[in-house]
Amino acid sequence: MASMQKRLQKELIAIQKEPPPGVSVNPANIGPNLTQWIVDMEGASGTLYEGEHFQLSFKFSPKYPFDSPEVTFIGSNIPIHPHVYSNGHICLSILSEDWSPALSVISVCLSIISMLSSCKEKKRPPDNSLYVKTCSKNPKKTKWWYHDDNV
Amino acid sequence: MDSDDDFVASEDDSGNESNTGEDEDGLNVALIDSEPTGSSHVDGNDRMEIEEEFPYEILTTEQIVQHMIDCIKEVNTVVQLPPTITRILLNHFKWDKEKLYERYYDGDRKMLFSEAHIIDPSETTSQKEIKKYLHNGMENCVICCRDLPTSMLTSLACGHRFCRDCWVNYLTTKIMEEGMGNKISCAAHGCDILVDDQTVMTLITEPKVKLKYQHLITNSFVECNRLLRWCPKPECSHAVKVQYVDFQPIKCDCGTVFCFLCGENWHQPVKCDLLKKWRKKCDDDSETSNWIAANTKECPRCNVTIEKDGGCNHMVCKNQNCKTDFCWVCLGPWEPHGSSWYSCNRYDEDEAKAARDAQEKSRAALQRYLFYCNRYMNHMQSLKFENKLYASIKEKMEEMQQHNMSWIEVQFLKKAVDVLCQCRQTLMYTYVFAYYLLKTNQSIIFEDNQRDLESATEKLSEYLERDITQDNIVDIKQRVQDKYRYCESRRRVLLQHVQEGYDKDLWEYTVKLDKV
Repeated sequence: MASMQKRLQKELIAIQKEPPPGVSVNPANIGPNLTQWIVDMEGASGTLYEGEHFQLSFKFSPKYPFDSPEVTFIGSNIPIHPHVYSNGHICLSILSEDWSPALSVISVCLSIISMLSSCKEKKRPPDNSLYVKTCSKNPKKTKWWYHDDNV
Repeated sequence: MDSDDDFVASEDDSGNESNTGEDEDGLNVALIDSEPTGSSHVDGNDRMEIEEEFPYEILTTEQIVQHMIDCIKEVNTVVQLPPTITRILLNHFKWDKEKLYERYYDGDRKMLFSEAHIIDPSETTSQKEIKKYLHNGMENCVICCRDLPTSMLTSLACGHRFCRDCWVNYLTTKIMEEGMGNKISCAAHGCDILVDDQTVMTLITEPKVKLKYQHLITNSFVECNRLLRWCPKPECSHAVKVQYVDFQPIKCDCGTVFCFLCGENWHQPVKCDLLKKWRKKCDDDSETSNWIAANTKECPRCNVTIEKDGGCNHMVCKNQNCKTDFCWVCLGPWEPHGSSWYSCNRYDEDEAKAARDAQEKSRAALQRYLFYCNRYMNHMQSLKFENKLYASIKEKMEEMQQHNMSWIEVQFLKKAVDVLCQCRQTLMYTYVFAYYLLKTNQSIIFEDNQRDLESATEKLSEYLERDITQDNIVDIKQRVQDKYRYCESRRRVLLQHVQEGYDKDLWEYTVKLDKV
């Protein structure tokens, strides 16, 4: 538990000092004990999401960083993307099987930015309506089936 | 009949046979004498006895681990690699050392190591030198973000360094929560180098985690080794080791008898592939659709499924959007039938005939399946009851010992129940075999053998139900012994005949099997 606090503290300092492009963290959006963060994200210029504003919720279990964080899009604008469900769940392998304790909030943000930036057509995943109806509230309980690795 | 009995008894190993009046058996041993392949019975018997010596060993968990270590050692004397690397390589090749040697000496080693997710031990690890040195010998662990003395950090051959605490946490999570053993890779993102067992065993100190890890490693050793198989009994932790893969029964130290090939209860005479098909058939609803096909018809217009449970043959479809009038017999429109149904003028039309033929076929298929399934289930059920019989027999045996019989003299009762159970089990699987068998001369012989065994088994079962009194005890003992010996021999004859059929490729099936 103590090591988790220390690590999150360091990560928070790092993301505030050198945030990835388009990413910012409002200290008011950091929950008690650092276990819940809301990260603001701007669509990168020159991409389909230019000018859009998104919010990502990060939830950390006491086992973080050995256990992956629970990351979802929240708020009024959920990006329309083939790997993002309309309830904010994200299909991204590093958030489940491919998670490594050497990854961090910054590396997750970078992956999500790159996932959005490489998108060529704004659309929802093909199984969106069924998934949103039937899924668990926690995306980590979903056994993801990665549609493709290109986007 | 006496001579027939002689024939049967001569196959018995015990000399205590007798030919008391067993005429009611109605056994048809003559048939077996006259069957074309009958002459090879003795041969078959001899061979069978050799087969009964199918060599295998039952291993405890410790012995499995020792066996694994021995395998590694053996390979190591040849390839001369660190044992931990040999283990990962062997695991990569599913413990087939020949394959390993072949790839190791003939192929591209670099490729081999990268496929097995290990770093070639001959490559110097110094190239990945520690970069993140801070001042005064401190180093930063990227997982916990602490600055620690360099000696506190460690890495696999890939050079990704993390502190010991983080390694322990990482490994513990993988082992305890994700149940990973062999496939744990380096904690660095995107690094697929596998963690070797020595690293795990030195880093982890908690006994519970160690034990789980050892269990996972042993499990994968057994599961991917084709000469090993776990005993299928849930609470048993033994495994069997064979010298070659074959369709053979294995008797575990816990008493479970199972098939080496598929791990199911021993199921001679039917082979694994047919049994699997049978199980699937029993589980899925293919028979439900057969029932529907056999017992219902479809409305000729809207295709709704209709079961007719009475009334005349003038049908009016109850589907409110359809309401078609039709004739149940020919499925044609009702109009031309007028009032005289018997002159159903479409009766001989090909289309209607085809529909009826199809229905006949489904009906016959269903009947056939139910016939075999009922008998299979019945023996399965009886087998369950026989297990209860052991308890009551035990009581009987105690009672008999009070009637001036010695312990050894009453053992025949237990033996009789053993034989009864064996026969039930064999009979149960003969129905699976028979279900898939096409009718040939051999299948007729098989069914005769099956019938003889079945009637003898039922009689044996009946004898064991009888009350034993002081007056009839001698007689009963004689009868029971004769009967179980007879059952044993009938069972042997049946199994040998089936085996002969396998050897000579005489069996023809109603389904296609993948040739193995």
